[in-house]
Amino acid sequence: MNLVQQLSQYILSGLSTGAIYALIGVGFAIIHNATGIINFAQGEFVMLGGMLTFFFFSALKVPLLLAVALATGVSTMAGVVFERLAIRPLKNATPINLVIITIGGSILIRGIAMLLLGKDTHSLPTFSGDEPIMLGGATVLPQHLWIFAVTLVVIVCSKLFFSHTISGKAMRACSYNRRAAGLVGIDVRRMVLFSFTISAAMGSMAGIIIAPLTMTSYDVGVMLGLKGFCAAIIGGMSSGLGTVFGGLILGVLEALGAGLFSSGYKDAIAFIILLLILFIRPQGLFRRGESERV
Amino acid sequence: MKSFLRNEAVRFILFSVMILALPALLAGGYLLNVFVFVGIHTLLAVALNLLLGYAGQISLGQAAFFGLGAYASGILTATYGQNPWWVMVAVALTVGLLAFLVGFPILKLKGHYLAMATLGFGIIVYIALNEAVDLTGGPSGLPGIPNLTVGSYVFDSDLKNYYLIWGVTLGAILLSLNLVNSRIGRGLRAIHDSEVAARVMGIRVRLLKVQIFALSAVISSIAGSLYAHTMTFVSPTSFGFNFSVELVTMVIIGGLGSIYGSFLGAALLTLLPEMLRAFQDYDIVVYGFLLIVMTMFMPGGLVRGVPELARRLLARGEKGRADA
Amino acid sequence: MLEVSGITQRFGGVTALDDVSFRIGAGTITGIIGPNGAGKTTLFNIVTGIYTPTSGAVHLEGKNVTRQAPERLAAQGMVRTFQNIELFGRMTVLENVMVGLHTKGRSGIIASALRLPWQIAEERRLREEARHWLDFAGISDLADIEAGNLPFGKGRLLEIARAMALQPKVLLMDEPAAGLNSRETLELARLIGKICEAGVTVALVEHDMELVMDICEAIVVLNLGRKLAEGTPREIQENPDVIAAYLGEG
Repeated sequence: MNLVQQLSQYILSGLSTGAIYALIGVGFAIIHNATGIINFAQGEFVMLGGMLTFFFFSALKVPLLLAVALATGVSTMAGVVFERLAIRPLKNATPINLVIITIGGSILIRGIAMLLLGKDTHSLPTFSGDEPIMLGGATVLPQHLWIFAVTLVVIVCSKLFFSHTISGKAMRACSYNRRAAGLVGIDVRRMVLFSFTISAAMGSMAGIIIAPLTMTSYDVGVMLGLKGFCAAIIGGMSSGLGTVFGGLILGVLEALGAGLFSSGYKDAIAFIILLLILFIRPQGLFRRGESERV
Repeated sequence: MKSFLRNEAVRFILFSVMILALPALLAGGYLLNVFVFVGIHTLLAVALNLLLGYAGQISLGQAAFFGLGAYASGILTATYGQNPWWVMVAVALTVGLLAFLVGFPILKLKGHYLAMATLGFGIIVYIALNEAVDLTGGPSGLPGIPNLTVGSYVFDSDLKNYYLIWGVTLGAILLSLNLVNSRIGRGLRAIHDSEVAARVMGIRVRLLKVQIFALSAVISSIAGSLYAHTMTFVSPTSFGFNFSVELVTMVIIGGLGSIYGSFLGAALLTLLPEMLRAFQDYDIVVYGFLLIVMTMFMPGGLVRGVPELARRLLARGEKGRADA
Repeated sequence: MLEVSGITQRFGGVTALDDVSFRIGAGTITGIIGPNGAGKTTLFNIVTGIYTPTSGAVHLEGKNVTRQAPERLAAQGMVRTFQNIELFGRMTVLENVMVGLHTKGRSGIIASALRLPWQIAEERRLREEARHWLDFAGISDLADIEAGNLPFGKGRLLEIARAMALQPKVLLMDEPAAGLNSRETLELARLIGKICEAGVTVALVEHDMELVMDICEAIVVLNLGRKLAEGTPREIQENPDVIAAYLGEG
């Protein structure tokens, strides 16, 4: 394999993990924009997606497609329950307490998953075989195409949702100004619930489509969640293209760094990028700075 | 004012006496060992509390300073045979300097962004501890760290380490109490309440934040060195993201902005896993559940929540008597 | 004393202040008035360094202090109070004033943690000085109360005591009478007079016209981000533009 081939291989696999980060990051951004909360439990929905699909498919022998649907449904329910039980009852919680509660939620979800689904690492079958496809010198697995396709569909759907439906517009209004949104009659609490529902669904889908490539276990959520957050930061907490590009950039840089320098430091790369962005352009790569009003 | 000072001194002396007498009650054994760790965790929690509870700045990367202290002490004494006491001081100052330099860009950030940046810093250090195998021994850890000695006296038992560590921790508590009741402490609390108002009062907010960040790193590094010499073995898993979270939890559950609260939080979270042993695998679930419930129902932490609860129970008891 | 020249401030597409200039003489009490949204608070935020103006300059005693950080301005004697009083709620009243004395202390982290003898002496000096300013504002009896528990009117007095602790050259007060009853307003007017007598130049943004006309020697009127008029209370009261602006709003 020559260098060009190697590079295109890295970039390709980087793009596919980047797409996963993007999905998770968009979920982060949706909750953050609707509520001001950084949901540290976001990664656990990703884990639930993969683990539950495995559970339905392998343990209950449900067909793969149905297993995927069931897993997405159950993970989304987990998001709803989490919002209902841990977020909604809070009144005037400080940001620091909110951080702790979502961290507590993530530990709780992880623990329940470990008890019910076990501590083992599992693999899922790929959705449509392992026959590699040659693409300009690089090999692509069909699963990569699934990842790109699902990500694209989800992002387009969410874009349509936010710009063309009443609920989507109401959620955007909440992200601009929650109090004002409440004053014009938007049910802010329902929008908060919505945001948790949507991002739990997105997270679990991300977890499902990546699982055949990377294996899954009860503790994969932490790192994936944090990477998703990095993507959202790079994208300036946008719930749209900014974060998608953020995820893709992160995935590619990580893959190149791991391939060309050292795979051991792969995870560090994401966080070094995160720090650099926070230091130099805390408003994200794609957003113009705004003068802050006190 | 004088009675308040006397009061503070009395409280500290009572607390110290209680701590120093505790081993007699525990009569050696397994719990004494647990309380050695309560001491180390209290030291770390007090350091974080200065930053989080007083200045209101979150750090999800405290485990990194703890880990750097532990590993630097371990490597310099075990591999290079340096004097552990000098190493401890030199390492603490170096870690403090590092925190000071990193602190300037990091503490410009606020809220979630600050949480994320400190978290990122912590994870980078954690990965480095894992990957720099030649120096650190990698994931399998660094063995053979010597116990601390003074002359021919070796700190090699739980009891000796208990007094060593609690000596340092009590010292740190005393200094912290002094600090929070001083010009600096008032500055920190002012920053916590309103950064703009603090700046308008002439407080150099950024510098003060960075200084306190560095101070908490110095104390955490010392805690790390003590940990390394007590355990004689360190491995990266003790210094990861989870431990940073645990430290923040100790401070919040104990009570933000209360030095003794940090002790309560550290004691509870160190003893809890031991008590939850009975639950075996369920411990992580119970832990997460407690974290949520305590933050929801005792947002002020144990130091404020428990007296409140006691008052309410007492009031109910009296009402019960009155009804009867 | 304080000179504002050609200040313009834009937020995105909104121009909050447009080429505003005026001068405040040493030892005077100047009122800055105008309908809501005129840009008064924005102006204060610029003068005290909280915002950086899009263009224009601020001079304090002839020295250009534009774009200096609030903490540096405070140390040079440019001090302010806030519209929604910004007290340090979990500190006592006395401690709040001691925060105002922050720049008068020298002890750092090490001296404070070790309670070095000179740090103890410094603390004692700061505490006495703080008591003096509580006395000045007439709230010494509240010294040990937590500031968050103060009634609004007393909180206002504490904020002024805390600002005076910095021994300002210029004290900018953002709507000091807002939320006060008539008796408290009277008390405030007397206190502002006392501050002026102590040699401090005072500028206040205020809606209470009676108070402004009563105590101010000069008045600047802002409307929609521009300076509408400037002069003595009498001149302002008779200015047709000012009357139009206020009537137009009401």
